[in-house]
Amino acid sequence: MKALLIRDLKLAFRAGGGFGLGLAFFLIVTVLVPFGVGPQSELLARIASGILWLGALLACLLSLDRLLALDWEDGTLDLLATSPLPLEAALSTKALAHWLTTGLPLVLASPVLGILLNLPGAGYFWLVISLLLGTPALSVIGIFGAALTVGVKRGGLLLSLLVLPLYVPTLIFGAEAARRGAAELDPTTPLLMLAGITAGTIAVMPFASAAALRVNLR
Amino acid sequence: MPDLGKYADAVLSAYGVSSLLLLLLVIFTLRKGRAARQALEDVEKRSKTNG
Amino acid sequence: MSLWEYANPVRFLNLSARVLPVFWGLAVACLIVGLIWGFFFTPDDFRQGSTVKIIYLHVPSAMMAINAWVMMLVASLIWLVRRHHVSALAAKAAAPVGVVMTLIALFTGAIWGQPMWGTWWAWDPRLTSFLILFLFYLGYIALWEAIEDPDTAADLTSVLCLVGSVFAVLSRYAVNFWNQGLHQGASLSLDKEENVADVFYIPLLVCIAGFVLLFIALVLYRTGTEIRLRRTRALQAREGRA
Repeated sequence: MKALLIRDLKLAFRAGGGFGLGLAFFLIVTVLVPFGVGPQSELLARIASGILWLGALLACLLSLDRLLALDWEDGTLDLLATSPLPLEAALSTKALAHWLTTGLPLVLASPVLGILLNLPGAGYFWLVISLLLGTPALSVIGIFGAALTVGVKRGGLLLSLLVLPLYVPTLIFGAEAARRGAAELDPTTPLLMLAGITAGTIAVMPFASAAALRVNLR
Repeated sequence: MPDLGKYADAVLSAYGVSSLLLLLLVIFTLRKGRAARQALEDVEKRSKTNG
Repeated sequence: MSLWEYANPVRFLNLSARVLPVFWGLAVACLIVGLIWGFFFTPDDFRQGSTVKIIYLHVPSAMMAINAWVMMLVASLIWLVRRHHVSALAAKAAAPVGVVMTLIALFTGAIWGQPMWGTWWAWDPRLTSFLILFLFYLGYIALWEAIEDPDTAADLTSVLCLVGSVFAVLSRYAVNFWNQGLHQGASLSLDKEENVADVFYIPLLVCIAGFVLLFIALVLYRTGTEIRLRRTRALQAREGRA
């Protein structure tokens, strides 16, 4: 498992691994929003947490289709399926690697982008906390979508169509927690719900992903 | 025709849109079904004449 | 003779050929009677005026939009557990019907909402849930279309249907929570079930029966179509080899 994790991380950091792409995308979305809605700082402050959550979600989505596709093409997935490591564990590891290379950098970058959007001072802490709790769920759900569409040629669009509705609960609770934090309200309830969803998806989704991947490898 | 009052547009368009959608669904379903039946008959006939 | 006998495609086709005319007839009869009754012979609501007549389309289609998904879920489970092809194809056949039902519910809802709430669309929990359900339907159909091998497609869509059901329920609760958080106290209840008078209730029941029967007829017919399409493909493949 460790070897797989290290391999995935190394591949992601190598040139052409697409490590920075998600971050760059996140940055661009955040920069584009004020162009779309106008530069009034109080409006931006109100929607900042939602924009940042949405940007993080889209950046995560963008990196999904290379999550399994490359390993599928060069046959790594077949090897993984025949290895003694259960496929569920292998996919969990890959999700962890995806989170470390995509989710975590997004979480760390979000306060900086928060400044651009004039996020109120109270919001930074809760934004980071909610993203930290929520992005693992995005990775685990994403790997399920990737496992479903791995056999489809040019499945990127299909992948988005499948995964986005599954992101709805995470987005609602995550953005709500960040919004309440920024408005100096109590964000405990949505944070707890968000944590529950993340814990639940981490526990259950690898089985669904492995089932889908086994069908595709048949 | 009942008097629909000032909401006539709303009610009529709701009925219109719904019946249009249902009708389209039924028509497409029937057309596809007929085509499938025809295709199957063709193939079965051919496979019989060929032995 | 058990229910599983009809998992055999030929038996299924024979049965559906026998019962389909009955279902078509009853569906059309119920719909015509229910809708004409509702449209021409029910009084206006004193508050909502004539817009109350939209209920005869809105409520049945909304019910069927959810029921269609539940039926797909059950069919998917049967396919995953017992590997009956008819079951997988029935799930595939039901999806477009579910989409149309969802669309009708959304459209009639918007048309009804315009005069009543002054807006075509409000991010009310129920409306939002239906929009999400619509997205789930789209994803499900897109996945069926994208995969060529029929058994793989059946497996993957079944898994998606199971996972999607869990997430659809989650979204329903999330949306409830989210909207309360957004505007406190503003409640737009679409559920007229409790305060509907008998004058409206009986034609509504007839319409619901009509929609249910129409759904059954459409799904039976479409499943038959899918079976024939697959058999055609199998025969063509055999010809290609010969």
